[in-house]
Amino acid sequence: MSVRFTKDHEYITADGTVGITPYAQEQLGDIVFVELPRPGQRLKQGDEAAVVESVKAASEIYAPVSGTVTAVNDALTGDPGLINAAPETDGWIYRLAIDNPAELDGLMDAAAYAKLTT
Amino acid sequence: MAEAPDADLKTVVLNDRHIVAGGRMVPFSGYSLPVQYPTGIIAEHKWTREHAGLFDVSHMGPSFLVLDRKSGDGEADHVAIAAVVEPLCCGDIRGLKPGQVRYTLLLNEAGGTHDDLMIARPAAEGWGGALYIVVNAGTKEADFQRIAAAAAGKATLNRSDHCALLALQGPEAVDVMRTLVPGAAELGFMHYGSFGWRETHLVISRSGYTGEDGFEILVDPEHAAALWDLLLADPRVKPIGLGARDSLRLEAGLPLYGHDLDETISPVEAGLNFAISRRRREMADFPGATRILAELGGVLGRVRVGLEVEGAPAREGAEIVDAAGTTIGHVTSGGFAPSLGRAIAIGFVPPESAAPGTRLNVLVRGRSQPAIVVPTPFVPHRYVRKAST
Repeated sequence: MSVRFTKDHEYITADGTVGITPYAQEQLGDIVFVELPRPGQRLKQGDEAAVVESVKAASEIYAPVSGTVTAVNDALTGDPGLINAAPETDGWIYRLAIDNPAELDGLMDAAAYAKLTT
Repeated sequence: MAEAPDADLKTVVLNDRHIVAGGRMVPFSGYSLPVQYPTGIIAEHKWTREHAGLFDVSHMGPSFLVLDRKSGDGEADHVAIAAVVEPLCCGDIRGLKPGQVRYTLLLNEAGGTHDDLMIARPAAEGWGGALYIVVNAGTKEADFQRIAAAAAGKATLNRSDHCALLALQGPEAVDVMRTLVPGAAELGFMHYGSFGWRETHLVISRSGYTGEDGFEILVDPEHAAALWDLLLADPRVKPIGLGARDSLRLEAGLPLYGHDLDETISPVEAGLNFAISRRRREMADFPGATRILAELGGVLGRVRVGLEVEGAPAREGAEIVDAAGTTIGHVTSGGFAPSLGRAIAIGFVPPESAAPGTRLNVLVRGRSQPAIVVPTPFVPHRYVRKAST
């Protein structure tokens, strides 16, 4: 099971780590503020989970699948630019305990997502 | 997130240069313009504060208003051309010295603002009876129509918005200008002149909208690319997009038309009393004078303030609430200030809540965040008042 992608440019890894894709951070530009979900928060697929603000605008980050927030990346509070610098590693946003792994099957794989963004 | 290309968008003369430079083109005021280049808004913003940024502002409305029948007496012709535009605005245009640029406002009869603009008197004696006028992009069609109508039978408005208008802004702009057009480097702040360059002329003013020292340069379309290339060949100069132009002007506390100024907002509410010239106040002969003079006397429902916002940026439209939780106004411009590393905003509140230090709140996504009234500019202006020699 590898990384899955949404049409809103979130990724989710097999362990439930959620962030935005390199394409998304490139489109947003410099990230200056991140509003994180609350650990323990229950999210349904498609719920607003976080907000990422660039210099120009605020963008909602949705839950790719349903689950419970188990961790958030507190480093983003002091250094939101981590999302620009390393969206897939140090710039992760939050982690979910996934309710139903079958929901992942409805998301795009890397090849499908690459087609969406080219 | 990608913007669909719009076939109806106009392009600027330097469109190809922006694409080559990696500019991300977005629709703005009917034009396709670069919001940023690959380095990004924060890097561009900081570069401009430290070195020199080059902005393409060709979407704006440069124009020349020229008297139809000149007497040949430069002073008398200036008085005559000033009389054409003064009924539209609150600035002392007659009192402009040769070469002087003035920030003023086109007003409606209710004392609201049609636009904010620059009006300048040519320095050269032979140009008496003309004015150099630069209006905002979003309002230029209406402004030009209004000015042309007021001038009918007396003067002719010649649009120059087919040219390129470039802004070179930042502490090193003057040194860059000295290598290009030495005479322009000697201009005082808010003065302009026409300077020979290669086989053309550049209309250069020492002005801008970033809070930094700098210049705005009008160049004909045939020479625009050569000028752009030459400026960017200087290692002190980088191209800067509209995103950083907005964050720079916000930090400088400068109002943006359509946001911090509109048809309902008066110059007094907007804190632009300096733009209501003394002679015009005494004459009370500008549109909306009844309201505006009453406001100057203290009858004022709302005023523009600067806010330092804690936490997430409060964007345009965010409600401003007082300690009791009552909505007292709205944010008209807001965002992240790269030079300060925090969120700032411009908004309107009643005068009793406008004193610096007043603790207010802003509502961002339904949540209340502290905001404190602070004096503007947020970042001190660094205009050069006198020409350096």
